[in-house]
Amino acid sequence: MGDKKKVFVTRKIDPEAIELMKDSGFDVHIWQDEMPPSRDILLEQCKDASALLTLVTDKIDDELMSQSPQLKVVANMAVGYDNFDVPSATKRGIAMANTPGVLTKTTADLTWALLMAAGRLVVQGDRDVRAGKWKTWLPLGYLGQDIYDSTLGVLGLGQIGLEVAKRGLGFDMKILYFDTYRRQDMEEKYGFEYSSDVETVLKKADFISVHTPLTEETYHLIGEKEFAMMKPNAILVNAARGPIVDPKALYEALKSNVIAGAGLDVTEPEPILMDDPLLTLDNCVIAPHIGSASVATRNKMAMLSAQNIIAYFQNKPMPTCVNPEVLSS
Amino acid sequence: MYKVFITCEVAQKGLDLLNEAGYEVEIFPGTPPVPRAILLDKVAEADALLTDVDDMIDEEVINIASRLKVVSNNAVGYDNIDIDFAGKNNIAVCNTPGVLGESVADFTWGLMIATARFIPHAVNNVLTGGWTRFDPIPFLGFDLYQRTLGIVGLGEIGTAVAKRAVGFDMRILYFSKTRKYQLENQYGLQYCELSELLQRSDFVSIHVPRNPETHHLIGEQELQLMKSSGILINTARGSIVDQAALYQALQDGVIAGAGIDVTDPEPIDPKDPLLTLRNVVVTPHIGSASTDAIDGMGITAASNIIAILEGKLPISCVNTSDLS
Repeated sequence: MGDKKKVFVTRKIDPEAIELMKDSGFDVHIWQDEMPPSRDILLEQCKDASALLTLVTDKIDDELMSQSPQLKVVANMAVGYDNFDVPSATKRGIAMANTPGVLTKTTADLTWALLMAAGRLVVQGDRDVRAGKWKTWLPLGYLGQDIYDSTLGVLGLGQIGLEVAKRGLGFDMKILYFDTYRRQDMEEKYGFEYSSDVETVLKKADFISVHTPLTEETYHLIGEKEFAMMKPNAILVNAARGPIVDPKALYEALKSNVIAGAGLDVTEPEPILMDDPLLTLDNCVIAPHIGSASVATRNKMAMLSAQNIIAYFQNKPMPTCVNPEVLSS
Repeated sequence: MYKVFITCEVAQKGLDLLNEAGYEVEIFPGTPPVPRAILLDKVAEADALLTDVDDMIDEEVINIASRLKVVSNNAVGYDNIDIDFAGKNNIAVCNTPGVLGESVADFTWGLMIATARFIPHAVNNVLTGGWTRFDPIPFLGFDLYQRTLGIVGLGEIGTAVAKRAVGFDMRILYFSKTRKYQLENQYGLQYCELSELLQRSDFVSIHVPRNPETHHLIGEQELQLMKSSGILINTARGSIVDQAALYQALQDGVIAGAGIDVTDPEPIDPKDPLLTLRNVVVTPHIGSASTDAIDGMGITAASNIIAILEGKLPISCVNTSDLS
């Protein structure tokens, strides 16, 4: 055991990914608790670890790396890596990896689940039936918004935005998108319509789905002014990052029927605070950040993370390294 | 002036049309369904009735209705009306097809993804403080993309459901009493027998009418044929699925989940064990509950009345050949 390299995995993940690392000769330690390891435990485990397999909740900063003399590679089971101090890792020659690509379609499916749940009151209906509140068929009860023939506005036509837009085609939706980078190829292929500004999308769309990364520019991109531009029947969907939408402005807009509904897979902060007034609204559907939560996709994410770690130590190209400059030096 | 008696809740846009036509419109003010005695009283003076499926329009009603020219049902179905006897008395019977299909197809997809990704269960966890950390294991659902959807019954709604799969990259199988070659080509559908469809599909969605042949069409044996990762969706009629067998299949892991907008009976008994399961989504028969669909029904039902009273062609009359 002594000469085996130690990998610390910060949460229980797909056993196949664990087996893959064991078969490749690693000494794999897995954190077994439901809650994430505390900072002290993480620091303790890192003292003799050569690799870490982490989640977005594990902060990998300069202090931690300075106390991890063996550490060579950290693989994050997520596309985003806000929890990494990448410049510091690069300075120390530590490679960092993420899991892009494998979760695109699963997240697009979930975005549509929220769009339709908010548009057609699926969650509220299920809750009322279970509570025995549904007494008779109501011709004018639980009225939602039709999806077919309506307009879908997509803010950000990256990988996930594109898959979300494609899913509107079978519903005969008009697809309107804004992106800083125009995709004329997709306009020709799928009949999408480009808007050179966010405002036009907000004014024209019946369903608005946000698919931008979280940056300083997109922080509270959707606030009071933006809600005021939307149609009263509009439904806002956010499966990207919570802080892109101003939660106070969203609450006001939903409460006073400035817009009709919202479907959120992300909040600010996460988990959402239990006294957040958004939780009191029937027209707001909030999921616990499950965009990538399908069995197949989470397993692919775990496998990709394991493959990054193994590739590093076998001197093979890492599939998805975010600071590849450390590999060439 | 023509008199119209309305027994049920109808969209305002429909009522507006009748008022604009200058008719004397009376709406039953209580909670539907209208009591039989009141119906019999009102029908004696009415030129038109606007009804829904709870109102029995039989020989007794029609015999009293000396001035009645049209019964316009605010629904697609018209099991509640004796259409032969109405025809003999030269009374037109009208319905509202074509306005609900797209809304029901939208909802069917909403229910399918909500079930596959455990949306109500996940949302309720958020509401009750169950979301305490980012964890890769709970709430793991099933992907739709590149998997197989089996559609049982390729009528108006089944076809609209099939059409929506294109952007999800799904393979579509269907079973129907008659093969629909044109639709197969148009939407890339593959025909197969029901048993094969159940075995091969990841999602099975029911779109057949309720009749003696389709009663418990999906029972214990059929559920056994499905994949253990299979998900059953029913937005058609509750009695097409054997509800006790469905509970057992979900409880025993014979199938992975079910989304049902219809139950047997309706409303479902609050003590029904189905309601205790996390892998089932039950909605209160809201497949057609969109503002536009309800407006469309009301407008069609009102337009049918106006057309008949003004001697014009209605949008949809089910006994035209019996009328003189």
